[in-house]
Amino acid sequence: MNFPDDLKYSDDHEWVRVEGDVATVGITDFAQSELGDVVFVEIETEGEDLSKGDTFGTVEAVKTVSDLFMPISGEVIEVNSAIEDAPESVNEDPYGNGWMIKVRISDTSELDALMSQADYQSMVGG
Amino acid sequence: MSTDALKSTALTDLHIELGAKMVPFAGYNMPVQYTNLREEHMAVRDSVGMFDVSHMGEFSVTGPDAEALVEWISSNDVSKLIDKQAQYSCMPNEDGGIVDDLIIYKWDSNEFYLVVNASNIEKDWNWIQAQKDAKDFDCELSNMSEDLSLLAIQGPNATKVVQKLTEVNLDAIEFYHFDAGAVAGVEDVIISATGYTGSGGFELYVWNKDVRKVWDAVMEAGAEFGIIPCGLGCRDTLRLEKGYCLYGNDINATTSPIEAGLGWITKFNNPFVNWEYHQAIKENKPARRLVGFDMLDRGIPRQHYIIRNADDTIIGEVTSGTQSPSLGKAIGMGYVESAYAKAGTEIYIEIRNKRLKAEVVKMPFLK
Repeated sequence: MNFPDDLKYSDDHEWVRVEGDVATVGITDFAQSELGDVVFVEIETEGEDLSKGDTFGTVEAVKTVSDLFMPISGEVIEVNSAIEDAPESVNEDPYGNGWMIKVRISDTSELDALMSQADYQSMVGG
Repeated sequence: MSTDALKSTALTDLHIELGAKMVPFAGYNMPVQYTNLREEHMAVRDSVGMFDVSHMGEFSVTGPDAEALVEWISSNDVSKLIDKQAQYSCMPNEDGGIVDDLIIYKWDSNEFYLVVNASNIEKDWNWIQAQKDAKDFDCELSNMSEDLSLLAIQGPNATKVVQKLTEVNLDAIEFYHFDAGAVAGVEDVIISATGYTGSGGFELYVWNKDVRKVWDAVMEAGAEFGIIPCGLGCRDTLRLEKGYCLYGNDINATTSPIEAGLGWITKFNNPFVNWEYHQAIKENKPARRLVGFDMLDRGIPRQHYIIRNADDTIIGEVTSGTQSPSLGKAIGMGYVESAYAKAGTEIYIEIRNKRLKAEVVKMPFLK
């Protein structure tokens, strides 16, 4: 499995890419593999201020449904509308075209609580 | 549950070696998918796939009262069966529900095999034993579940694949009939024209010690048709597209087969456990019915989601649901009050506090 080392990772199997005060968020290769074929992603929190751990959306796979949790607090400033028509990109390219939201980070100190690639990899046993 | 506590089939190590994603299912460590659910699903619909379903339970009933016992415990009409014919049926309990659904195999009137769900093996065994003792039927029960493996080779090319491995003429085995013979050099394999996919094919009952040999031979014979191993994930989507009931979801200890649309396996010409109750439901029309529905709004129905009418009144509950790989839309089954059971009726599925529109349709979903 692939876990890029320039990303940070949450216990809930989300990845975070930080650029300035904006974080791009998606689910990890491990998460997409556990879910199986993603049918659609439902995110209706654009523009909302959410706290770390809040649900920002849900992902429906053939077999199961899973909530998506904020890895950090902040405002959801953008939702990846391309996954509306191409939900399979969450499976095929979870760190690229399968990204889910962009968040304006409200408290950068929360980033310290996220895991490094090495720590995440050892957590999932990859 | 730790995987240590799980039982294995004779092929569990092979599944792990093949890279399958393993999940606990009915106490067994089972492959849910090998590569991709959709790919495995479409292999069965379009060509051929193979399942290890050795977790299923198999009992034999032998002796002078074998037929009488099987007739008494099962809802369908066993007297109709000829030798080497199989029958889908269910075992009603004494409380208006179902102990399990099963396939009955008739060798002759003194010998039957019963194939039951893995999750119910112990419960079914105790139930059948109790019925035998209560009515003093003169027959023997034997539990072969731990020793017998089951491979399901399913799909439009399944017959061609299995035929390469046996001299038994498979075209002569009609749907829901069976025979025994050598397959891939293994003697006394039960070759059964049954399955849970709706795409045709065969199920092979093989002793554990021989099953790897048969598996390998089928994979080799099927290579030209693109055969792939298939997991329990697509077994569920395949059966749901055909509207087949799953015990524990669509039928259980509280559902009558009449409510479940299983009137076709519930025959009252020979009495069975609690038959009067189900006959009364049939005559008075059931208060609720198991229906199929298509989602009109975007959402995937799942077991236990609430079903409402247009006035927001609760009218039932979802029992199964998925995104249909063949149809590319979300489908589900559930019990609704009978007034809402007609095809075309608009119903609403409550998904994450939203009311999503669905429409009752005739099953099977996939014709």
